Amino acid sequence: MTLDITDLKVTIGGKEILRGVDLSLQEGRVHGLAGESGSGKTMTGLAVLGLLPHGSRTTGSIALGERELLTLPPKELNRVRGGEVAMVFQDPATSLHPMLTIGKQLTEHMRHHLGLDKREARRRAVELLGKVRIPGAEEAYGRFPHQFSGGMRQRIAIAIALACSPKVLIADEPTTALDVTVQAGVLRLLRGLCDELGLAVLLVTHDLGVMSAVADEVSVMKDGLVVETGPRGQVLREPAHPYTRSLLDSLPDAEPSPEPAPGPRSEDS
Amino acid sequence: MTLLAIDDLVVEHRSPGRPIVRAVAGASLAVGPGEVVGLVGESGCGKSTLARAVCGLNPVTEGSITFDGQPVTPLGLRKRKLTGIQMVFQDPYASLNPRRRVGDQIADGLRTSGDTATAPADLLERVGLPRDFAGRHPHEFSGGQRQRIAIARALAARPRLLIGDEPISALDASAQSQVATLMRDLAVDSGAGLLFISHDLSVVRLIADRIAVMYLGKIVEVGNTAEVWANPRHPYTQALLRAIPKPDGLGVLPAELPGDVPDPAHPPRGCRFNPRCPLVMDICRDKEPDFGPVACWLHEPAT
Repeated sequence: MTLDITDLKVTIGGKEILRGVDLSLQEGRVHGLAGESGSGKTMTGLAVLGLLPHGSRTTGSIALGERELLTLPPKELNRVRGGEVAMVFQDPATSLHPMLTIGKQLTEHMRHHLGLDKREARRRAVELLGKVRIPGAEEAYGRFPHQFSGGMRQRIAIAIALACSPKVLIADEPTTALDVTVQAGVLRLLRGLCDELGLAVLLVTHDLGVMSAVADEVSVMKDGLVVETGPRGQVLREPAHPYTRSLLDSLPDAEPSPEPAPGPRSEDS
Repeated sequence: MTLLAIDDLVVEHRSPGRPIVRAVAGASLAVGPGEVVGLVGESGCGKSTLARAVCGLNPVTEGSITFDGQPVTPLGLRKRKLTGIQMVFQDPYASLNPRRRVGDQIADGLRTSGDTATAPADLLERVGLPRDFAGRHPHEFSGGQRQRIAIARALAARPRLLIGDEPISALDASAQSQVATLMRDLAVDSGAGLLFISHDLSVVRLIADRIAVMYLGKIVEVGNTAEVWANPRHPYTQALLRAIPKPDGLGVLPAELPGDVPDPAHPPRGCRFNPRCPLVMDICRDKEPDFGPVACWLHEPAT
């Protein structure tokens, strides 16, 4: 199943936030969405889930397979939200409920969407925790978010998003709040899950390095418009749009990066 | 002449019913006038505790912090004489008083330094905000603007050392490097030193003259920014730099550093990095490397 966004326009309070966005997500592919803050990246992600702020007006089309999400009645949209389309937010410290155990947060929507009984939901939750590589999944099930580190919390947030076997995952800056070493682990996890489960992932990030590491296709947004779309290698190595080029040129990294191996190193690296 | 000298600093957090946590366990660092030092490390390594100790916000357990040859005293109820150190905090939503106009808050800093010639609006102008913003309240500004105001307030006291404790991590991605560069420029222009703490290596690289890498309460490597970046020597620094994904369009996943930062209440025996180090040797499990600039048995200085 694919997700196709065509000519999506969003107006909030008379201000045009998105001015005709076209995007297409495919199974087993990571689609990266880059651009500076205020360019409408996050709004595009939220529009897919129908989570836009009150008083916003949306035109265009967001099609999940055969269904049109924008005109779906709220009841049916609730079935899609969290079930077929899931989201991972930027800050795991605020996206998880501090007073509920992660087991509760992992099973609640599973029982609602999939109609599982308590035991079955628990079994699946523990399995998911193992999948996102939380050590001691059985014990972790009964713990609270504050007992985990930031990277583990984001892994848990990913497990929650994956609980109902969604087809589309929207990840809004999933690694921005994390340390680089932890980020590397979360990126590997995302890429692995995408390949393994055939997820279609929309990865919203401002970090072109992250983009280059995991995305298959890259779209660049500016002022509510997608200015460039293409395969990763093409957009990041031979950008066609001047804005993409200016984004790449503004990166401080112009010289060779550190080598992995210690000890003597060659001069020409 | 160093401006700030931190010597074998130990800071412990004590809380009843819990083991004592050594957040900073013997760290030494120096900052000179007009110098920008970047302090990097994973979260939980003690960077912020070190910064707070320098400001006198956390009591020192062992070791010493001297500023201009004078020891830094903990903040108390009495009026503080030491106003040469100013701090910019992580979250500008919490560090500004929501009930006072920003101009009044900046004026506090001016009063501290006995400056009657400068108006708060002048400082707003220096951080790139319009003069008439002085009459507004903090809620009228965005995160990036608030952090600029916090910087203006810190600069108003004419500090000789400015400390930024993750001043950019609460900001939007595009505002991050702007605010970091602004802090650097303003500090260097006024001849003050800057101790800039961040977990974002790419920003630190952009603005710092020297980088200090911290791991579990210890500084494991100090050096010139360009040198550390081009030739990291400590295995931890190497792992940190390797974990940064490169925007080369090749789709290479960054290398992962296995394991989590150990609990500072129970640090491992020997070198603190040994359980995660790919190059661990027998001596690492046994003896802690107590030397610099690279605290690693592979880089033991010749005696």
